[in-house]
Amino acid sequence: MSLAPLDRQLKEPLSGVTGRFPGSRRRHVTDVVVHGVLLLVMIATIGLLVWVLAYVAGQGLKYLGPQFLTQTPPGNPSHAGGGFLNGIIGSVIVTGIATLLSVPFGIAAAIYLVEYGGRLARVTRFLTDILVGVPTIVTGALVYAAWVVFFGFSGIAGGIALGLVMLPLVIRSAEEMLRLVSGDLREASLALGVTKARTIMSVVLPTASSGIITGVMLAVARAMGETAPLLLTALGNDLFVEFNPTKRMSTLSLQIFGNAITGFKAAQARAWAGALTLVVMVLLFTVAARLIARRSGVSRGR
Amino acid sequence: MQDISLITDDAAAGGTRTAAPPPPAETVPPSDSVRGLRRSAKRLEVRNLNLYYGAFHAVADVNLAVSPRSVTALIGPSGCGKSTVLRALNRMHETIPGARVTGSVLLDDDDIYARQIGAVGVRRVVGMVFQRPNPFPAMSIRGNVVAGLKLEGIRDKKRLDELAEWSLRGVNLWDEVKDRLDRPGGSLSGGQQQRLCIARAIAMSPNVLLMDEPCSALDPISTLAIEELIAELKHDYTIVMVTHNMQQAARVSDQTAFFNLEAAGKPGRLIEINDTEKIFSTPEQKATEDYISGRFG
Repeated sequence: MSLAPLDRQLKEPLSGVTGRFPGSRRRHVTDVVVHGVLLLVMIATIGLLVWVLAYVAGQGLKYLGPQFLTQTPPGNPSHAGGGFLNGIIGSVIVTGIATLLSVPFGIAAAIYLVEYGGRLARVTRFLTDILVGVPTIVTGALVYAAWVVFFGFSGIAGGIALGLVMLPLVIRSAEEMLRLVSGDLREASLALGVTKARTIMSVVLPTASSGIITGVMLAVARAMGETAPLLLTALGNDLFVEFNPTKRMSTLSLQIFGNAITGFKAAQARAWAGALTLVVMVLLFTVAARLIARRSGVSRGR
Repeated sequence: MQDISLITDDAAAGGTRTAAPPPPAETVPPSDSVRGLRRSAKRLEVRNLNLYYGAFHAVADVNLAVSPRSVTALIGPSGCGKSTVLRALNRMHETIPGARVTGSVLLDDDDIYARQIGAVGVRRVVGMVFQRPNPFPAMSIRGNVVAGLKLEGIRDKKRLDELAEWSLRGVNLWDEVKDRLDRPGGSLSGGQQQRLCIARAIAMSPNVLLMDEPCSALDPISTLAIEELIAELKHDYTIVMVTHNMQQAARVSDQTAFFNLEAAGKPGRLIEINDTEKIFSTPEQKATEDYISGRFG
């Protein structure tokens, strides 16, 4: 048996071989082209994101420094110097209030949706999906009409408005995480003679906890960046640091807005630095959320 | 495996339980007596059990009796209702909306379906082990074993540790995990996880232990380990197990019950129940003989 015919086959050009397998050449070319197009699209998208981050960083770093994080803005916005300390503290306080309000209700609602179900659950899920799409300025107007009119502008009002923005996000992600808990575990717990309520609190919730924490942190990251609902509720305080949530407060997003719309270069420089700080804070939260999720082995949205 | 001298029923005892003193490392003297009170293995009797899922009649007219401290195997082709019947023995079918039962299931002389007894109470004295090992991933190995006890309200750490060790020794898992009791429950192999689930069930000191195809998800070596474990456990517990593996039923059980369906859509029925030896050598019903010799199923 001679190896010559085999040898000849291996040296034949592509078109010769593919001729014996119908359509191969055309599919191969399509494959390469589509691959290339998708690669270009991906590069463009990432490039856009990188450009945005780089631009904000470039503008912000011109002014960002230790004094930015530790001082309040100057009384006259046209003066240079100062920082957004009151905004940073305000953001933490208002977002903290929002989290305290939305997380317990959100997780409780998610537990009801997953463990109990029924017609009320279907209606709730539908309304939650609608709530996700409500424009945040409308949320702010609602809290203005229902709370601020009676109790005045305050950090608490801002917290309520942000809490309403966070609530549907918390419900959705908590529901998803609770569903991921295998039915086998619930069965095992029930078979030990544990009541349903105890099963939920001691078995299901702890198993879903890291996923729920991830979802909450992502909701917090989203809320930190909101400006519209705070315009009519917390109102802002450009002058001094305010720790009392019953008074009007500034947040980072409000201060960026307030400083950016003035015509003064100094104010706008502060606004850029503020924008960079906000982006970094949101990024840190998001990355931390993903690290927690990965470490616990639960992948969000699988 | 210690021989638990059956002392009193927990209803009389008032519910306090202490564990056996840990036996010496290698050998487990069979006649060690347990200081304290444990629930006893009870006789199980099923009378005229019918199970319905909504309007669908799933299982009809089951009558069987299980002696204390023995193993009964439920065998039959897929879909014949054996798992359904098993679940009715600790009211686990009630987790499915629309499932209901007529007839009675007696533990010694107490009907678990009596109006004043809730499903939760029944499940505390009738334990269950499932087909797929399901240890709680958010708890450590030690936490898993005593999960039922903790959730029942027992808080004394020392007692819980003793009970954990006793249960783990009881399933021949103690030597393998004693150095890593605080590791998460999911970090064991499949066979070890299943033994952990059995430890979790026997830590509750059940009157009856139900096992739903406990070896189907395991490799042959783990299966052998579990079968040997069942042979030990039957000295102390009343065990009812469902298995699709006839040879396993022949190896492990004292009594075998054969279930069958006449046709799709018809309820499953108990065709024959007898000592295992008789079922596998001289069955009375033709359907039983056909199933055992592999002509169907």
